[in-house]
Amino acid sequence: MQWRKWVLKPAVFLAGLGPAAWLVYAALTGNLSVNPLEDITHETGLWAIRFICVTLAVTPLRRISGWNDVIRFRRMLGLFAFFYGTLHFLIYIIADRFAALDFPDGIVAWSTVRNLAASVGEDIYKRPFITIGFTAFVCMVPLALTSTAGMIRRLGGRRWRALHRLIYVTGVAAVVHYWWLVKADVTDPRFYAIIVAVLLGIRVYYARIRAIAPTRSPIARAQSPS
Amino acid sequence: MLIKRAADIRSSEITDKKLYLKRREFIQAAAVATAGLGALAATGSAEAATPAPRGRKLDNVQKSPLSVTDEKLNSWEQITTYNNFYEFGTDKESPSLYAKTLKTEPWRVVVDGEVAKPGTWNLEDILKGQTLEERVYRLRCVEAWSMVIPWVGFPLADFIKKVEPTSKAKFVEFYTQYDPATMPGVRQPTLRWPYLEGLRMDEAMHPLAILAVGLYGEVMPKQDGAPIRLIVPWKYGFKSAKSIVRIRFVERPPVNTWQEMQSSEYGFYSNVNPSVDHPRWTQASERRIGEFFRRKTLMFNGYGDQVASLYSGMDLKRNY
Repeated sequence: MQWRKWVLKPAVFLAGLGPAAWLVYAALTGNLSVNPLEDITHETGLWAIRFICVTLAVTPLRRISGWNDVIRFRRMLGLFAFFYGTLHFLIYIIADRFAALDFPDGIVAWSTVRNLAASVGEDIYKRPFITIGFTAFVCMVPLALTSTAGMIRRLGGRRWRALHRLIYVTGVAAVVHYWWLVKADVTDPRFYAIIVAVLLGIRVYYARIRAIAPTRSPIARAQSPS
Repeated sequence: MLIKRAADIRSSEITDKKLYLKRREFIQAAAVATAGLGALAATGSAEAATPAPRGRKLDNVQKSPLSVTDEKLNSWEQITTYNNFYEFGTDKESPSLYAKTLKTEPWRVVVDGEVAKPGTWNLEDILKGQTLEERVYRLRCVEAWSMVIPWVGFPLADFIKKVEPTSKAKFVEFYTQYDPATMPGVRQPTLRWPYLEGLRMDEAMHPLAILAVGLYGEVMPKQDGAPIRLIVPWKYGFKSAKSIVRIRFVERPPVNTWQEMQSSEYGFYSNVNPSVDHPRWTQASERRIGEFFRRKTLMFNGYGDQVASLYSGMDLKRNY
């Protein structure tokens, strides 16, 4: 118990902050490309997808390996996916939307806020790859808000679990967002699409086993995870 | 006197059984953490882009009245580390890392199709007697970033006149080098290879269209399309084919590589046009490399006064 609390969790936490720390360091030392805003946008998006994949991997890993304690890292991993997704969204708003605004009344003005909101809204409405990316992000918001023990208690396990299946939507939407973004070379989006497909496929497989197990054999039932 | 001997192992040094049993869990979690850090390290240690080495100085380069005069030039580093040249990989820094293998000497350009004088030209013969000019042009990429670049080159029209196109020549095709041995990117079917671009004859004859052989007064860096490339400053960057090995004159409009790849997004004309969005992103603004605030994109990339007449009467929303 003490290991996990004082060594492992902090270690995973620090590892999760690593990409952000590296980006800040690289930006400050001029180690990004000559288009650093694009690098930061792409990297934060990529790390959001990676943490979504890692989070989605927790339950299959637990079922297959029987290593039950891995579940104790799931919340933190999911929150890191949300953390990088939020950074990604904010940087898009600043570098892509804010930076393209007119500032008729100067930068610090109500019109800036209004124009920014209109610009973001129009982009989400108009461009399918932004729409789907925004969907991926929005689906993570309630999950982050209900990630506390208190919220799990208030919602009740069954409802909480149902709500948190939204992460499946996020996983699929994030991969589609990435796929629609690239111009020609889909190697990388395909890599993450396969990972998400496998991780969701494993869930379908276990759901089917669970559905047929009780009527078939008590052994299968005993082996199927609770 | 009873001498009490200390135990060999003090009780405080004996591992607590509970802790002892936890070691398995520790190892497992350590493995996960290590894997995570490994993935991290892999990203962090990705090879950094390297600017091109400075090249040979080109002699007798004349200034041109067609140059942009009131805009800050992008730096050598920016122009040689941030390139779209898919023959060397799809990442912006890939050409700066891998284009060194491109063999630019000797270089030959095949001229064929509807011309009175087809043949194979050595690069030296193309340049023989040709005055080189510095042309500072804006370059607007279809991805909504831009640069200001001091090219060195000469009017494409000068060369076209030498090969005497026939009356059937309505379009010109430009083919980029295709060599799997020196171009790692073409080993993947990312695009249809060799890379093909094309212009209508009157576009090709326009004084702004040049064949460029240099940058900042020096021989063209390989990542920028050495040794000879097209520059058509009022069109999106992908129209300006790099490392040209063949120029063919044809009667029918060519299906350029990006049009073939995705015709709903990339057309034949591909004139810079802020009012015709790419289906996936806006073309109304652009990021000048090195700046934070985005600039308004200009019609025909700011060259409207010179080129708009080429398209009078055409619906540019349909002919994107």
